[in-house]
Amino acid sequence: MSDLTHSTGDGSAENGDPSLLLRHNQEPYENPGLPEHEPRMTDVDPKLERRAERQVATMFGLAALLAIAFCVAYFTIGEDTAILGYGALNAVLGFTLGLALLLIGLGAILWAKKLMVDQELVEYRHSAASTAEDTREAVAAFEAGARESGFGRRKLLRNSLIGALGMLGLPAIVLLRDLGPLPGAALSGTVWRRGIRVVNDVAGTPIRPSEVQIGQLVNAEPSLFFAERKPNGTVVPAQYEGARLQVEKAKAAVILVRIPPQDITPYPQRRNWNVDGILCYSKICPHVGCPISLWEQQTHHLLCPCHQSTFDLADNGRVIFGPAARSLPQLPLGVDRDGYLIAMSDFHEPVGPSYWERG
Amino acid sequence: VRYLSTHRRHPLAGFLVVLFGLLLAGGLYSAFAPALAGQSSTSDKQLIAQGRQLFVVGCSSCHGLSGEGVMTKDGTNYGPPLIGVGAASVDFQVGTGRMPAVRPEAQMPQKPPAYDPQEVRALAAYVASLGPGPAIPSPNQYDISGLSDHDIMEGGQFFRTNCTACHNFAGAGGALPGGKYAPPLRGVAPRYIYEAMLTGPQQMPVFSDGVLKPHEKRDIIAYITRLTKQTSYGGAELGSRGPVSEGLWGWTAGIGALVCVAIWLANSGARARKKQS
Repeated sequence: MSDLTHSTGDGSAENGDPSLLLRHNQEPYENPGLPEHEPRMTDVDPKLERRAERQVATMFGLAALLAIAFCVAYFTIGEDTAILGYGALNAVLGFTLGLALLLIGLGAILWAKKLMVDQELVEYRHSAASTAEDTREAVAAFEAGARESGFGRRKLLRNSLIGALGMLGLPAIVLLRDLGPLPGAALSGTVWRRGIRVVNDVAGTPIRPSEVQIGQLVNAEPSLFFAERKPNGTVVPAQYEGARLQVEKAKAAVILVRIPPQDITPYPQRRNWNVDGILCYSKICPHVGCPISLWEQQTHHLLCPCHQSTFDLADNGRVIFGPAARSLPQLPLGVDRDGYLIAMSDFHEPVGPSYWERG
Repeated sequence: VRYLSTHRRHPLAGFLVVLFGLLLAGGLYSAFAPALAGQSSTSDKQLIAQGRQLFVVGCSSCHGLSGEGVMTKDGTNYGPPLIGVGAASVDFQVGTGRMPAVRPEAQMPQKPPAYDPQEVRALAAYVASLGPGPAIPSPNQYDISGLSDHDIMEGGQFFRTNCTACHNFAGAGGALPGGKYAPPLRGVAPRYIYEAMLTGPQQMPVFSDGVLKPHEKRDIIAYITRLTKQTSYGGAELGSRGPVSEGLWGWTAGIGALVCVAIWLANSGARARKKQS
């Protein structure tokens, strides 16, 4: 320490001064060594030592009892039993097993801290490399193996093995085909066609414009997904079912809203797409495809709950906030001869999130 | 008289006088009150008249003297017109205490109702007389007793399709932009849930009876009621708000406890002699 202050205080301590080089190899501070060993309470008082031993043994004993209680609870408590609004079986199983594990852990910690040998020790680092002798032996064994197997001598065997291993790469490459096939036209359209009724989801109720009030929201689907009861009593079954239904439903889901007509500002080509202020939009967010029906009737804003994209339904579904890059696709609406709401065509653009071929 | 004058400073004297006064007032009230109540329910006209009186005092400063609404200078609604909102709307807004509003704000919060049920009826009758609108639903429309599991399951399908976007998968409510929110549905009286679907209060959309049939609304209410009663087999629900509350608990309480244990473990245990500092 005093050496250091001396050389920096001295203006002559510049490059080339041998005393400076020497200083780098010296410890700047004296090694204070290990602190003096302080015995624990349990080291000096046998009574306390016995007490700590009893504590640890009690914890291990309780853990054993709790493990038994777990088994008893598993066989005696019914699945439907409830305590305080919680499922009794899960609660008791979790409590007994968790507490048993906790007690074993606490017991082990107490044992280590209070009773196991308590002494400070120093472990020095050493080189991780093997000794030269070990290295020699390993190389010799490898070379002997190569010689005895004839790997270098029997060229036919060696080359055919390399060829076989190389060919194993092919199946891995061929399996990449399962990433496809490319969607083709499957994502560019939905099942909506001119004349398909817009019906309430779940029940399949067809909708008359007069039943939709200002501020109303209807989560709707094409009528093709529901069995239809004709006036003469015959029932036409749904045209889609199973996996096909789910695939088509995921694209064709729509929402109907009614906004005062004077609040709507449609593009010129969309002026006749609404029926007295009833508008129909895709329910699938063009960002990553979450279903959106979080509609504020007074602001006309539709929010996506996933990433807060916000669309103004009075203004052609324009994005006014959030990560969505495109307006919400709109479905042209009309009314059929029986007075129910129908689609006038499919969507004029693909619904849902972007994909490679969409451009 | 002499007995009274000698005991008038007794510690219990004041208490007895108050008790006597209360009994007298209560007795008089019970003698006259039923007659008054019977009188007011005799005719709709009187109910509407009473409702108009209450309206002029309590509602007209925002909604206009005849419920025509009040516009601000920049053309926004200060209080919206009430013509055609119907009795169901009044019953919901006033019955749940949302109206009368304390002040204009992003959303009117629920609070203890300011009017008693009879006054709410009168206000609803008056507003209903301004223009046609949805009536207060009759108790059998939202009576959920005796519904089958199949009905409740269907209610669940309607609930997940129409309600969960805002009110959360467990009916625990959720946030909307600009300080607005969808309130929790748990513990809300079936009548008010029905009226809210029927009238679309504040930002909530309308779900008219023509599209979402009355029995479908009833099934939704039954499903929400079943949700609130069901045993939580998965353990503490932490408000049923999904990963937000669960993450908060895990990161603060769970990891916090682990950090405390780690610090305690790293500390050397009690020593026989205190270290010299």
